[in-house]
Amino acid sequence: MSEVEQVELLHGAPVSDSRGQRVVHPSREQYIAVLKKLIDEGYVMCSDLTAVDYLTHPGRTLPAGLAAERFELVLNLTSITTRDRIRVRVQIPEGDAVVASAFDLWPGTEAMEREVFDMYGIRFDGHPDLTRILMPEDWDGHPLRKDYEIGRIPVQFKGAHS
Amino acid sequence: MSLVRNVLDDGLGGLDHNFVTGKLEDLVKWARSRSSWGATFGLACCAIEMMGSGGAHYDLARFGMEVWRASPRQADIMVVAGRVSQKMAPVLRQVYDQMMEPKWVISMGVCASSGGMFNNYAIIQGVDQIVPVDVYAPGCPPTPETLIHAIETLHQKIEDGEIMRRRAASGAGANLHIAEIPAQQSPIPVSLTAARSGAMA
Amino acid sequence: MTAVENVRQTNEGGQEMRSRSEIGAKELLREVGSVLRMSEAEAAKLGQIPVDPDEDQTMIINMGPQHPSTHGVLRLMLELQGETVLRCKPIIGYLHTGMEKTGEDLTFLQGGTNVTRMDYLSPLNNELVFSMATEKLLGIENDIPERAVWMRMLLSELNRMSSHLLFLATNGMDIGAVSMMLYGWREREEVLRFFQKVTGLRMNHNFIRPGGLAADLPPGWRDDVLAILEMLPSRLEEYDVLMTNQPIWRERLQGVGVITADEALALGTSGPILRSTGVAWDLRRDQPYLRYDDVEFDVIVGSYGDAFDRYAIRLDEIRESMKIVRQILDRMPSGDYRIQNKKVTPPPRARIDESMEALIHHFKIFTEGFRVPEGEVYVGIESPRGEIGCYIVSDGGPKPYRIHMRAPSFVNIQALPHMMRGGLVADAVAVISSVDPVLGEVDR
Repeated sequence: MSEVEQVELLHGAPVSDSRGQRVVHPSREQYIAVLKKLIDEGYVMCSDLTAVDYLTHPGRTLPAGLAAERFELVLNLTSITTRDRIRVRVQIPEGDAVVASAFDLWPGTEAMEREVFDMYGIRFDGHPDLTRILMPEDWDGHPLRKDYEIGRIPVQFKGAHS
Repeated sequence: MSLVRNVLDDGLGGLDHNFVTGKLEDLVKWARSRSSWGATFGLACCAIEMMGSGGAHYDLARFGMEVWRASPRQADIMVVAGRVSQKMAPVLRQVYDQMMEPKWVISMGVCASSGGMFNNYAIIQGVDQIVPVDVYAPGCPPTPETLIHAIETLHQKIEDGEIMRRRAASGAGANLHIAEIPAQQSPIPVSLTAARSGAMA
Repeated sequence: MTAVENVRQTNEGGQEMRSRSEIGAKELLREVGSVLRMSEAEAAKLGQIPVDPDEDQTMIINMGPQHPSTHGVLRLMLELQGETVLRCKPIIGYLHTGMEKTGEDLTFLQGGTNVTRMDYLSPLNNELVFSMATEKLLGIENDIPERAVWMRMLLSELNRMSSHLLFLATNGMDIGAVSMMLYGWREREEVLRFFQKVTGLRMNHNFIRPGGLAADLPPGWRDDVLAILEMLPSRLEEYDVLMTNQPIWRERLQGVGVITADEALALGTSGPILRSTGVAWDLRRDQPYLRYDDVEFDVIVGSYGDAFDRYAIRLDEIRESMKIVRQILDRMPSGDYRIQNKKVTPPPRARIDESMEALIHHFKIFTEGFRVPEGEVYVGIESPRGEIGCYIVSDGGPKPYRIHMRAPSFVNIQALPHMMRGGLVADAVAVISSVDPVLGEVDR
């Protein structure tokens, strides 16, 4: 008899543990609602907002029942009162790389979301100024994607004795 | 009329010298080498070592370089200190173009000289792709002694007139490579004659 | 290659500040009100944005990226009415080095060289957070020897001191006390000389590595640290006389760049900026790492949230760091400087001649790199600028699958438009200086 694994839920989203850190996995639809509930719980500081491209590592461990997509949006929130951190991971599909913006909850995510847009091409709905931030305005492509070459040029070392 | 044409192109070096103008040219080169003002182009970690070499321990003021002018119109030597990114490259070129002749460029650090450890999409692999470089100072970051060695090498070449000859020969910068002086427990006392004569050709 | 062909105008298109006629009133209010988290109507009353149909009252000027006072290649577009700053938009990216992409190409042992160049004023803190994140992924974070932990703390605190000394130097110079530049660098040189003795380099050391450190402290290190600790207090008092109690200094900094606690939290700021508003949040005390819960120190907190508070906080933090260093001097344990785990740290060079296994381990660690189990981790520590965090995703291989550094200056710069609004252009320089950004970590 196989046991059905009970997945813990927090505000409707599955929770997992990563090296001792609680991680919540809301879907794109639940994302803002879960963030608002976490703010009410005390996680008032958004320490970090970034993304990961899982193109070449599709087999990562996720809570049961969660479909793995190409992109993942990762937020790290901090609570000043309980001195605690929590991580939020949202799966974002490649074809429809749009997610709601957290700007209205934390204005401090403005630059972080622009960086994610610049480096990955994930668009944020409701962001006041979604333009590139690190690359020049007319740059083509999104550098941190796994299918973007690092751009290394071949180097010949002059001093090397052949 | 050939007199005027030469002066416009080569400065005093273009004159057909007699004993008066020959001495005058030497005086001008001597003055230029000892009172050059740097253009602040500190970008990254090398800028911190550049500021450190202007500080009290390493003291660039001894060599006439304690004044760093942000305005390119008032600067002679542009020390490109740090990694040049894709966005910064046109700015670098613009500042270089705004500098008045005679102007020289020291590429400080490995990132400015060749892209350094960042061989990727974001960093220009050497500022000599954009501006002609006269002295390359290696190091990551170069110690203040290395930077002073580079500056003194440049000053010596300015004083001899060697710089102009090399530029005419290569069509671009003077391409002087110097050796890195590793960090020491106390600053190396710099003897001017040694610094200048020790410059690699 | 003629000059004309190569002069491209530095036009960053959509990233630049657009004039009022282009963005319209609603967007303008959103820009102002969003920071304060109030409705647009309230923002309109507060913002006192002048209606300017002809746009001849305001001027958009560009400050940087090549500028003596922007602390690096920061570009600010300011909309001025006379001398008053109405709007400000920072444009960054002029030092973007692709470090996160490069980090995916380097092994975990090499990652320190990459990461250390982000915040080049406190490189040891970058290496520390990267090493701590790697160790957490490896599962060895509790097995690091005591001596290694205390050594890391010593280096981290000395780095905090040298970074704050540089802040005092550049802050002084920006406000006008140019001699402060010389004094700050003079003190900093002593700390750098100690680093050079211990790590071999003055900057960008790559000394704190996953598993411990690269080498042990050299003999005689106690005397060197004591020499620094004896020299500094009288110099700090000199700064107090030169700056803190001086009327001109106070006039220039008090009331400039004011930010409240709510705004600071909403904008994500941390470090001295957040502490200047009264929020006593210091990761060394609130989420202790290394052995910070074992040493005694105070967290300096301001009350007005202005530039003067931030200056005073950093000056006092140097004193607190000295207190911590003194306690470390007394309590430094003996032992290993790195974990003796053959899979993670290379064997001592002498053993390579004797043991085949050591040779193989050395070879594997330096060529292929040690493998890190799959997973993801985020570690945050207190750098002189705020919370620096390292988020690493590993796919089980020898190189990080994704490495992201949460840079404090990147987030702190978002507070600049809010702090500058309504102030004078001269205060803009004071505000940037009080935020103390390091563009290397802003752009990565």
